Amino acid sequence: MGSNMAEAHPVGFQWVVEARERGAKVIHADPRFTRTSAIADLHVPIRAGSDIAFLGGIVNYILQNGREFREYVQAYTNARTIVSDDFRDTEDLDGIFSGLDREGRAYDRGSWQYKGMEVQPAGGGEFTVEKAEGEQAHGAHGGELSEGEPPYEDPTLEDPRCVFQLLKKHYARYTPEMVERICGVPREASLEVAESLCENSGRERTSAFVYSVGWTQHSVGVQYIRTAAIIQLLLGNIGRPGGGIMALRGHASIQGSTDIPTLFNILPGYLPMPQAEAESSLDAYVDSNASPTGFWGNTRAYLVSFLKAWWGEAARYENEFCFDYLPRIDPDHSHYRTVVDMEDNKLEGYFVMGENPAVGSANAKLQRLALAKLKWLVVRDLVEIETATFWMDAPEIETGELATEEIGTEVFLMPAASHTEKDGSFTNTQRLLQWHHKAVEPEDDCRSELWFMYHLGRRVREKLAGSERERDRPILDLTWEYPTVGPDEEPDAEAVLAEIGGFDAEDEPLHDYLPLRDDGSTACGCWIYAGCYADRVNQTARRVPGREQSWVAPEWAWAWPMNRRILYNRASADPEGRPWSERKRYVWWDAEAGRWTGEDIPDFVADMAPDYVPEEGATAQRGLRGDEPFIMQGDGRAWLFAPSGIVDGPLPAHYEPHESPFENPLYAQQANPVREEYRRPDNPYNPTFPEPGWDVYPYVMTTYRLTEHHTAGGMSRTLPFLAELQPEFFCEVSPELAAERGLEHRGWATIVSSRTAIEARVLVTGRIKPLAIGDRVVHQVGLPYHWGHRGITTGDSANDLFPFALDPNVHIQEVKAATCDIRPGRRPRGPALPEFVARVRREAEER
Amino acid sequence: MSAHLIATPSAATYGEEAKPRKGFFTDTSVCIGCKACEVACKEWNHVPPDPQGFSGSSLDNSGELGANRWRHVAFIEQKVSVGIEEAAPESFVEEAARQNLVEEGLDPHSDEDGFRWLMSSDVCKHCTEAGCLDACPTGALFRTEFGTVVVQPDICNGCGYCVVSCPFGVIDQRKGDGRVWKCTMCYDRLKDDMEPAGAQACPTDSIQYGDLEELRERAARRVERLHERGRGEARLYGDSEDDGVGGFGAFFLLLDEPETYRLPADPVVPTRRSPEVWAAALGAAAALIGGVAASFLGRRP
Amino acid sequence: MSGDGDGRRGRRGKSGSEPSMVPRERPTSYYGRPIVKGPVWKPEIPFYFFFGGLAGASACLAAAATFAGRPRLARRAWAGAFVGVSVSPVLLISDLGRPARFLYMLRVVKVTSPMSLGAWLLAANGGATTLAAALNVLMPKRRGGFPEVGAALVGAPLTTYTAALITNSAIPAWSEARIEMPFVFGASAAASAAGAAMLTVPAEEAEPARALGIAAVVVEEAAWRVMLRRLGPLAKAYEDGAPGRDDKAARALGAAGAVAFALGSRRGPGSVRTHRAVSTAGGALLLAGAVFRRWAVFKAGIASAADPHQTADLQRERMAAEGRPGA
Repeated sequence: MGSNMAEAHPVGFQWVVEARERGAKVIHADPRFTRTSAIADLHVPIRAGSDIAFLGGIVNYILQNGREFREYVQAYTNARTIVSDDFRDTEDLDGIFSGLDREGRAYDRGSWQYKGMEVQPAGGGEFTVEKAEGEQAHGAHGGELSEGEPPYEDPTLEDPRCVFQLLKKHYARYTPEMVERICGVPREASLEVAESLCENSGRERTSAFVYSVGWTQHSVGVQYIRTAAIIQLLLGNIGRPGGGIMALRGHASIQGSTDIPTLFNILPGYLPMPQAEAESSLDAYVDSNASPTGFWGNTRAYLVSFLKAWWGEAARYENEFCFDYLPRIDPDHSHYRTVVDMEDNKLEGYFVMGENPAVGSANAKLQRLALAKLKWLVVRDLVEIETATFWMDAPEIETGELATEEIGTEVFLMPAASHTEKDGSFTNTQRLLQWHHKAVEPEDDCRSELWFMYHLGRRVREKLAGSERERDRPILDLTWEYPTVGPDEEPDAEAVLAEIGGFDAEDEPLHDYLPLRDDGSTACGCWIYAGCYADRVNQTARRVPGREQSWVAPEWAWAWPMNRRILYNRASADPEGRPWSERKRYVWWDAEAGRWTGEDIPDFVADMAPDYVPEEGATAQRGLRGDEPFIMQGDGRAWLFAPSGIVDGPLPAHYEPHESPFENPLYAQQANPVREEYRRPDNPYNPTFPEPGWDVYPYVMTTYRLTEHHTAGGMSRTLPFLAELQPEFFCEVSPELAAERGLEHRGWATIVSSRTAIEARVLVTGRIKPLAIGDRVVHQVGLPYHWGHRGITTGDSANDLFPFALDPNVHIQEVKAATCDIRPGRRPRGPALPEFVARVRREAEER
Repeated sequence: MSAHLIATPSAATYGEEAKPRKGFFTDTSVCIGCKACEVACKEWNHVPPDPQGFSGSSLDNSGELGANRWRHVAFIEQKVSVGIEEAAPESFVEEAARQNLVEEGLDPHSDEDGFRWLMSSDVCKHCTEAGCLDACPTGALFRTEFGTVVVQPDICNGCGYCVVSCPFGVIDQRKGDGRVWKCTMCYDRLKDDMEPAGAQACPTDSIQYGDLEELRERAARRVERLHERGRGEARLYGDSEDDGVGGFGAFFLLLDEPETYRLPADPVVPTRRSPEVWAAALGAAAALIGGVAASFLGRRP
Repeated sequence: MSGDGDGRRGRRGKSGSEPSMVPRERPTSYYGRPIVKGPVWKPEIPFYFFFGGLAGASACLAAAATFAGRPRLARRAWAGAFVGVSVSPVLLISDLGRPARFLYMLRVVKVTSPMSLGAWLLAANGGATTLAAALNVLMPKRRGGFPEVGAALVGAPLTTYTAALITNSAIPAWSEARIEMPFVFGASAAASAAGAAMLTVPAEEAEPARALGIAAVVVEEAAWRVMLRRLGPLAKAYEDGAPGRDDKAARALGAAGAVAFALGSRRGPGSVRTHRAVSTAGGALLLAGAVFRRWAVFKAGIASAADPHQTADLQRERMAAEGRPGA
């Protein structure tokens, strides 16, 4: 769901095809019948933006029919934990949880805690649990239990305030009929999906979910994935072979770019970026981010080793290992906030590397207008992309909203080397680091990112050399000595990998993260990557063929952490340490040897017996019991109910998209109450149901990718062999919508939202089905978002239509569901275009 | 028809240098339409771009095989009635194009409604009896030691006779160049014991390359398995030596009639008709001589 | 589909005991795209068919006239043959683009290729005709010998091999006309040879050419009709559109030419001068008719290839007729 794997990840999809050939049932729930659906056993057309209702229906089916994997749920999840008496569910408050501050658009999450759990105020009086959000919450730090055990729980799962019963009540109204009414999925179809999942889960079987940005790019996207996690936990499909939730990432190493982040709010290894006020000292930081129990109990060792990797000799105990050198964040520097700040003249310069926001961002028009407010802009890419040329050929030049002679932005376009022209690693969705070797030298001035950043840093340091100013110390003290090779002085990528992989006190590469210490004796650029350069061997470059090793293939590349292929794999054994079944055996306790063993590297303390009970005062991993597999959590259990880490609710609830032509039949609360909005004239919103004028934009639009092109198109629209395969921007509509709006197959259509209007060729296809939503019909418009105004094939950008309306956890734009109108013919040109858009907007306002 | 009056070249002429016959087995039941084969083929063989614009033919914008396209992926959208065997799938996009298909009102999902999307990567068939090879007057087309059929561009004189001699409409003349081009099964790669580019690029093994004998056995097992799983629509195409071209070197597993994929149901190499053709031509020539002679009879100048 | 969804049909051609299927109305196509490719030849080629035919049939006529002692007819026919056989390679080279490419035709002799054999025929006829024509110019009284026999013997198949060339193809409306087409081409060539001769030949030596022309038109029309009838639905390719128009022109011109020949005979009405003028006009009409005939056939091939149903229907009918499954 939320993924068109065959088209967007065709190489990975070979394994789905293989599984299907071996008897696996493949189900594809998607608004469109795609190349993935073509191979699936069952395609379920669903209204874009309604997945939580669909998944909630599955949760309800499992719970109402007692289809959960009872032993697993009892032992390994927080189902039995009693929740605070102050907690109120959406069922009680008609669509909101307790603690909502409507003015501030935020939840006070105090009432979401476990009963009896002391929420520890940290330095500055801020609640620790409120800190770790979004990407920071990957490890779900916090959830701080005052001691090693939740004080209140009911192993029989009968207590009405236990998580299990709360969950049951929360989803009780997600019936097949409700799913049909919200999603447009006939009850038979949703029941077939639910039953298929149940049939293929349990001791003997496992099922997996695959999702992509079809789930994340929503104003409630994180909760989509949470709902899938609840299903997988109820069915016992986490930590076991053939189970799990696969997040397919958009680029080759997007996973890597969150592990070693290009994000504003985390440091390598999901260590939160320090807060400006609250975390003024290393101690305060550790206090608010470390958990007494579980592996986050070692946060201090991870952070100090990281600081040693960055500042080496300069990082000493006396100066808190240069903790003070780290930048601090005040709340939000995410992408869209930055664009708005740019437009509001709060930003002077901008680096764009490997991204094409002038095409790929929501409301890309605002992005382009904002670029024109910069003093300088650095773009590094393989080709001259739209983001680099906005000053001369942005669509706004034609409409008169920008004038080249009035744009003061100085643009530096730096040609980049492609992956075949440089050494480096890709980290893919299953946390596998795979090394790629340079095949050819980059041409002319093309250089790798590594070259660019290294030499930029080197030159800055040269300019600052000798500076006495305090503020220059963080840059001057950086360990910036990398060996370079070749005439272009390319830094040795393996040296960087070695730094990330870490060194012990004897300067030998680490084998794993267990030896990391908080006394400055170890250095490690990213604790979860510790060991990727063990024995001074590039572990990520291993390529032992599958037939020459076990089926888990541990010698193909290297997976973080510790080369484990399945996370939390302790859960593949029962509480006593025996495999749940022979068929699904993976990791188990070898009593004779006194160790965990199995097909994979056990994701557990190697010698901790299943019956281990922590002594009073035991901390970190030794603070968890031998039958608690979820070792990153403070309570060692997987969270059906999330008391922390998520800002918009401890349980997922169905909310309509920010722009929707339908009401939310479940709750009075229409959309996610804490979604991020930017209400400003350059980011207008369509009226959403039931506001007057919603019917001016009566259709649902959704964006997606095609196999033939790559994201914002810089790497594909410029290549003749790819461009000829998808030569024009088109929209996909059903025959019924074509009839309703008089759209002609192969003709032109204009798609309009309050932001702008774009034109596309029309592909009328039965692959798009109108769906019955209650007594109405929803028509959906499919828009591949690859096009821009440069390259061999050009066209309008679909993302121009979408607003800034974001998920509050991760600040991702909602481009998978919004409203629009579609009309036959081409759009107006020049100044007539904004006039047309304004006219439609006025039409809506006047209703 | 097994005793041909006119011999067709075979790899046997290579004697000791002959290799086991190589081929493609294209299993369309696992094709995901990624077109990696189209791109890989063009990259490896330096086949020029051939943009044709937005076609509206499902996601196919490259049309068909030709001089500048040696691999082509077909996309067929069909409405099918689930479980009703006589249901005739019709090309949905084609119908939509005619704009006659849209009926009044809502067409809600029902169990009788099914939809399927067929994808298939087409390629030169490398026939056992190849029409193009038989027709070529210059010897530019030849049978390789792998049993494949390849054009030598330095010998081709652009006569174009092979174009009309191919029962599959594969080989074609390149505009501006005049010579003909088609799939070589990556002859250069075969010589280096490498897999052809299209097969190597295929992520789902829809395109399988190997010894033809082995591929035929594999295909027979595959279609049997599909039938066991209730996919009775699966059938092999071009696997039999009894057909009109003596069997394909590149054969297919299809899920519908060949015509749906732009393939002929019963291709016959024109050479099989040559005895009749020449008998008629020589008969007519004799008649001409007779007729001319007769027109002089009884007339004295 | 036509009931094959139940898996009863096994591998084609290996299962004879299946129940026969309900024939489909017509096989589907892939967005109407043709299954086979039409000729990529330039307009030179249909003109070559004409000139090759003119050369071959004129050689026959010339040889016969030489042997029959009609020197004036012979001279004109040899001239026609020489013109035909000289223009032909020029047209072929023009189609190929470069003279060297024509020489590649003579790299090998390939018995499976009518194109190859035709190239050799043209070369042989060119030699023989040139020699015979030269001898006739140098020795007006000559009564014939090996060169004339040779020119006629290779000239006759030169007129019909072009029919073999196109019918030995995958294009349905050509291939299925393989029995009749050589007779159409041979007769059309004879008509053009007669027509060319009749342009200038004096009345006293014209009778054989006149008779040949009339007979050729009759034979061509008969062969054409038989061909269309036997082609069944494929005849559409010859009857509709551009090929149909060319066909009508060919038939009208041929008929008019034959009538003119009849009227222009010594037994016809009017003066000798009128006879001569009418005969000359008849010759021109037959020549034009022969050009249109080749164009009609050429365009029919393009039309037939472009229609996927022609290819598909033919094959399905053949399979049905042979009792093969899947028809």
